[in-house]
Amino acid sequence: MARVECNHIRHAYGANPTSPKDYALKEVNHIFEDGGAYALLGPSGCGKTTLLNIISGLLHPSHGELRFDGRDVTNLSTQERNIAQVFQFPVIYDTMTVYDNLAFPLRNRSVPEADVDRRVRETLEMTGLSDMADRRARGLTADQKQKISLGRGLVRHDVNAILFDEPLTVIDPHMKWVLRSQLKQLHRRFGYTMVYVTHDQTEALTFADQVVVMYEGEIVQIGTPAELFERPRHTFVGYFIGSPGMNVMPVSVSGRSARLGSQTIELPGALAGETSVDAELGIRPEYVRIGTEGFPATIRKVEDIGRHKIVRATVDGHEIAAIVGENAEIPSEPKIAFDPAGINIYADSWRVELGG
Amino acid sequence: MDKPWNNKAWFMVLPVLVLVAFSAVIPLMTVVNYSVQDTFGNNVFFWVGTAWYEDILASTRFWEAMGRNLAFSAIILAIQIPLGIFVALNMPRKGWGVPVCLVLMALPLLIPWNVVGTIWQVFGRIDIGLLGYTMNSLGINYNYVSDPVAAWITLVLMDVWHWTSLVVLLCYAGLVSIPDAYYQAAKIDGASRWAVFRYIQLPKMNRVLLIAVLLRFMDSFMTYTEPFVVTGGGPGNSTTFLSIDLVKMAIGQFDLGPAAAMSIVYFLIVLLLSWVFYTVMTNYGRDS
Repeated sequence: MARVECNHIRHAYGANPTSPKDYALKEVNHIFEDGGAYALLGPSGCGKTTLLNIISGLLHPSHGELRFDGRDVTNLSTQERNIAQVFQFPVIYDTMTVYDNLAFPLRNRSVPEADVDRRVRETLEMTGLSDMADRRARGLTADQKQKISLGRGLVRHDVNAILFDEPLTVIDPHMKWVLRSQLKQLHRRFGYTMVYVTHDQTEALTFADQVVVMYEGEIVQIGTPAELFERPRHTFVGYFIGSPGMNVMPVSVSGRSARLGSQTIELPGALAGETSVDAELGIRPEYVRIGTEGFPATIRKVEDIGRHKIVRATVDGHEIAAIVGENAEIPSEPKIAFDPAGINIYADSWRVELGG
Repeated sequence: MDKPWNNKAWFMVLPVLVLVAFSAVIPLMTVVNYSVQDTFGNNVFFWVGTAWYEDILASTRFWEAMGRNLAFSAIILAIQIPLGIFVALNMPRKGWGVPVCLVLMALPLLIPWNVVGTIWQVFGRIDIGLLGYTMNSLGINYNYVSDPVAAWITLVLMDVWHWTSLVVLLCYAGLVSIPDAYYQAAKIDGASRWAVFRYIQLPKMNRVLLIAVLLRFMDSFMTYTEPFVVTGGGPGNSTTFLSIDLVKMAIGQFDLGPAAAMSIVYFLIVLLLSWVFYTVMTNYGRDS
C-alpha cells in the first residue's frame, strides 16, 4: 500500500491546450493517504475518471507529477506502478474459466501456483463466485461478470492502491449494498488505499472516510460526509449532495444580516467589512422551518416521499425547498424561517467564513 | 392453439420463389438431367443412369485435380489467415492512416479476376515481366510456363496479393469493435503482448475469422479465372484445378454428361466441406 500524491496535476485531451477550458483536469493537488478509503464524487464529465486513469498510469498527465510513497512514478507504466483498477463495465476474458480469470493478474506476475490457488480461492469466496469457479466466464450474467472484474481487482495483495471506476453501475441494488459492505470490510482488514469513483452520493458517503468532490475538472471540497453536508465549501457541493440539494439564493450581506428581496435574515456571524456585499445564501432544506414565524411564503407543491415531505415554496420569487416531518401541519398562512445553524454564505460560489 | 392459418401469405413469397427457381433451381436441375444421360448431338438423349458418376469417381484425372484444389486451398489459407491477422493488428486505429490503409487494402478487391490474372501473367513473364525478368537476371530459374513449381508459386502469390486484404478488413472490423476498457484492464492485469492477443483479440476475432476462413476456402476451392488466365492449367496438368478441368470437359470436349456429373460431385464436395468448417468452427470453444 502506498501514499498517493498528486502534485499539481493537470490534463488536457487535446494537443495544444491554451485556455483553462481545454483542460479536462484543471489542477489537482491532493494526497491520498496510505490506507485511506476515498470516494471521488462528481457529475459525469467532471474529470473523476481522468484523475483515476492518471493515477493508474493509463493516461499520462499533461502537467504535474505523481508520487507513490514519495517516489516519482509519473513516467512509469501501469504495470510498473502495480495498481489494481476495476472498470465501470465488466471486462472479462471470456475464453477462460472464472477461476482462470481471477488467476490471470497473478500468473502474469509469475506468482507461484500454490499462492495463486490460495488467493484465487479466497477471492472467489469473498465475491460469492465459488460455485462457478470452473464455469466459462462467457455465459454469465452482467452481475456475475462484474463480480469477476471486481475479484480481479482484489486478488493481488501487494498492490499500491485499488481504484474503482463506478464499479457497481451494472449491479442490482441489493447486491450493490452487499458488495459495498464487503469492500469496506476488506478495507478495514487489509488497509488498502482505495479510491472509489462514483456519481452516486449515497455510494460515496457510505463507502469513504474522505469524500473528494469534483466539479468541472477541479476538486471543490474534500471532507468527511458530515462536513460535506453541514459546511459545503462550494455551492456545487451543496447542490450535488443531499436530496433535494441546498437552497441557494442571491442576497446582499452587510454585517450580521442578509437581505433577500424585501426580507432580512439574521446571520449566525458577521461578514468582515462594513459595506453591503452581493453574495449567496445557502441553506439545506433540512434547516428550513415552516410554521407561523418568519417571512411569508407561497407554497407551490408538497411532495410526500415516505418518511418526510418536501415542501416547495417561493419567497419573494425565490424557490425554496424545505423538508418537514411526515405528520407536520402546514399552516394556512405559512411562514418560513431559517435555522441559523444551517446558514452558509457564498461569494463567487465559494463559502465565506463568518466572524463572531 | 387456435391461431388462424392463412395460406394466402405464401403468394407473397411467390416472386422470390420464381426468381430463385430461374436463377438456381432450374439450371441445377438441367445439370442433374444432363448428368444421367448421354447425347450424340441433334438433341437426342439416352438414359445412362449413374454411369457418368461411376466414371468420374473412378477416374484418376478427377482425383488429381481434386488433390490440387485441396492443396491450393490449404496453402493459401495457411498464408492468408495469419498474414491477414498480422496486418490487421498493425494497422492504425485512428488518425489519417486509417482511411489510407483501408483504401489501399480495398484496392486489390476491386480489380476483376481476369484483370488480376492478366496483371500477374505479364508480371511473371521472363521476357517483359518485372518479376520474371528480375528473377532470371538474378540467376534464379523462374519460368511459370515450363516449371510447375514456378507456376504454383505464381498462382499462390497472386491469390495472396488479391485476397489477403479481405481477411485483413474482416479482422480489422473485429479488432476495432473491442472496447478500450479491455486493453486497459489487460494493462492493469500485467498481461503481455501475447496474452492480450491470445485472450482478448483472438477471441473477439473468432466470428470474423470463421467468416474469413469460409469465404476464402470456398472461393479458392472454386478458383477458375485467375489460374486460367495465367497458366491455362499448365504446364502439363500441374495447375489444372477441378473448375478448369470441368470447363475443358464441358466446352472443350463437349462431354456434357460426364461434365454435368462432375459438376454435381464438385458442388456436393464444396457444400460438404463448408458445412464441416462451419460446424467445427462454431462449436469450437463452446460450453459443453
